[in-house]
Amino acid sequence: MAIDPQTVAAPPTGPARAPSRPPGRIRRAATTHWYAWAMVVPVVIVLGVLVLYPLVRGIFISFTDLNESNQRDEICTKVLGGGTECVPNPNAAEFVGLDNYVAILTGEKGEFWLQFVNTIVWTASCVALHYAIGLGLAVMLNRKIRGRGIYRVLLIVPWAVPAFVSAFAWKFIFNERNGLANLALTSIGLEPVAWFSERWTSLFTAIVTNVWLGVPFMMVALLGGLQSISADLYEAAEMDGATPWQRFVNVTLPGLRPVSATVILLGTIWTFNMFPIIFLVTEGQPAGQTEILVTGAFRAAFEGIRQYAFASAYGMLILSMLVVFAVAYRKMLSRQGEVW
Amino acid sequence: MGTVDRKRSTGRSVLLHLALVTTSAIAVAPVLWILLSSLKPANRILSSEIKLFDQPTLDNYRNVLSNTDFTTWFLNSVVVAAFTMVLGIFMSATAGYALSRFNFPGRRSLMWTFLITQMFPVAILIVPIYGIMSNLGLINTLTSLVIAYCTVAVPFCTWMLKGYFDTIPRELDEAAALDGLGPFSTFWRVIIPLARPGLAVTMFYTFLTAWGEVAYATAFLQTDDKFTLGYGLQTFVPQFNKQWEYLTPAAILITIPAAMVFMLAQRHLVGGLAAGATKG
Repeated sequence: MAIDPQTVAAPPTGPARAPSRPPGRIRRAATTHWYAWAMVVPVVIVLGVLVLYPLVRGIFISFTDLNESNQRDEICTKVLGGGTECVPNPNAAEFVGLDNYVAILTGEKGEFWLQFVNTIVWTASCVALHYAIGLGLAVMLNRKIRGRGIYRVLLIVPWAVPAFVSAFAWKFIFNERNGLANLALTSIGLEPVAWFSERWTSLFTAIVTNVWLGVPFMMVALLGGLQSISADLYEAAEMDGATPWQRFVNVTLPGLRPVSATVILLGTIWTFNMFPIIFLVTEGQPAGQTEILVTGAFRAAFEGIRQYAFASAYGMLILSMLVVFAVAYRKMLSRQGEVW
Repeated sequence: MGTVDRKRSTGRSVLLHLALVTTSAIAVAPVLWILLSSLKPANRILSSEIKLFDQPTLDNYRNVLSNTDFTTWFLNSVVVAAFTMVLGIFMSATAGYALSRFNFPGRRSLMWTFLITQMFPVAILIVPIYGIMSNLGLINTLTSLVIAYCTVAVPFCTWMLKGYFDTIPRELDEAAALDGLGPFSTFWRVIIPLARPGLAVTMFYTFLTAWGEVAYATAFLQTDDKFTLGYGLQTFVPQFNKQWEYLTPAAILITIPAAMVFMLAQRHLVGGLAAGATKG
């Protein structure tokens, strides 16, 4: 727990203070901060029970061989006379050390590296397209233009549709037999595409869906950022004879830095963890080749023979990747002099 | 506001409008297509030519409402989302306030915990929480979903509300303290009434998050009568024999209320998000 020197040095203002002896550090902190702590206690308890405990349990499970068939500690059988008799399960899950991790990373079990590549392609292309399209639209909407309000409302529509509904809508559009996408292709003289029977076309449908539903968030966040850039800067740049492109590169982009840093980080994490789109649009077709890590872990845990331990190890690997990413990203920003 | 206003040639204006019209059309088209398809008779939904209207009828709506469990799922979704929302707000409001106002030991680590919790992929908690729920006998109940959604809702609400409380001037707290109010009554009697817009947006956003969740629902629920929409709709379009005549009207019926509320709240939503995200 990080103790801020400023707060420790602050004179205690709380009511009950023993006058006889100089209060200890902890006691002093308690009298100063008791109400703040009281206010955060409910949340801390909830997080402890619902997040910390499952997390620790998840870490523990990832080192065992827990699955559907060995999850019972005891096997109970009905005996004559109505009672039940329980004996320890001889096949109960046991500690297997790093076996799950080794099996995953060597590709001995599951398709970790395939899903890893899918996840990278998926995240990078979605975030890049979100940001580029969102920025383009934000710049356009930031101008005085007739009908700006209407454009804004129409462009925000994909955000208003629940994600799983969007997923079904696009799956309908990419339906192989007479879906709208294929009808459009045939109407301009191209062959219809069997979207879900090839890895990259299948992943493409999911990326299209996700780009469609994620652009409005970027657009609105960046529009907010654009509007906070002082018009004086643009005037000054214009007086110095800067071209529109130079103004964009030297005024707009630097002015957007704080917002961009936040939305790119958030967008990357959200997309990386985006479950429903892949799960509902491609369903992993063909044959699990478009699964990303998150959906892969889910299917390992809840489809077929349920491999709880295997899925937990997956989860830990995913989390550690995200933590590494977030730390690296933050480092990179602070090296560039960002106070985030 | 900082709107840039420069002289534009007519040509560039036309290009600008053209770009905006095209993207707006792309934004709206899928929804419109689902709407139009939902009005077609079942055997013509996937006809081999593009027709906007094809013997329009409301039969699909009638069928999905009377022949399927759609209304049950809808109700289940509302119940789960409403409870998640209320619990999330109740538990996190005080914490958000404390994080916004007081510099207490543990504050920074708590903020980091919230941030990190928000990047937890569903894959990491779902197995242990499933285990806990099954030990408690809560599998296939709506309660299990509310509890699971709180793992997302509580950190998120705290973070959002902290952002909103940051925008309320501290002078108000100081004035209340001078008037003899303690920190708790300041919170309840001064800050909460002022924070109503922020609370509303946070509640709404939490509602939508729970409303659209798929993974926990798919893992925890087992019988038709307990499904939420995120799971129930999947049963309309299994791998083979997809029943788009059920799915399309259902999609429209789900989207209309969600979209209406969203459009009302979205202006505040973005302010809250940005405040929460950048003032960390």
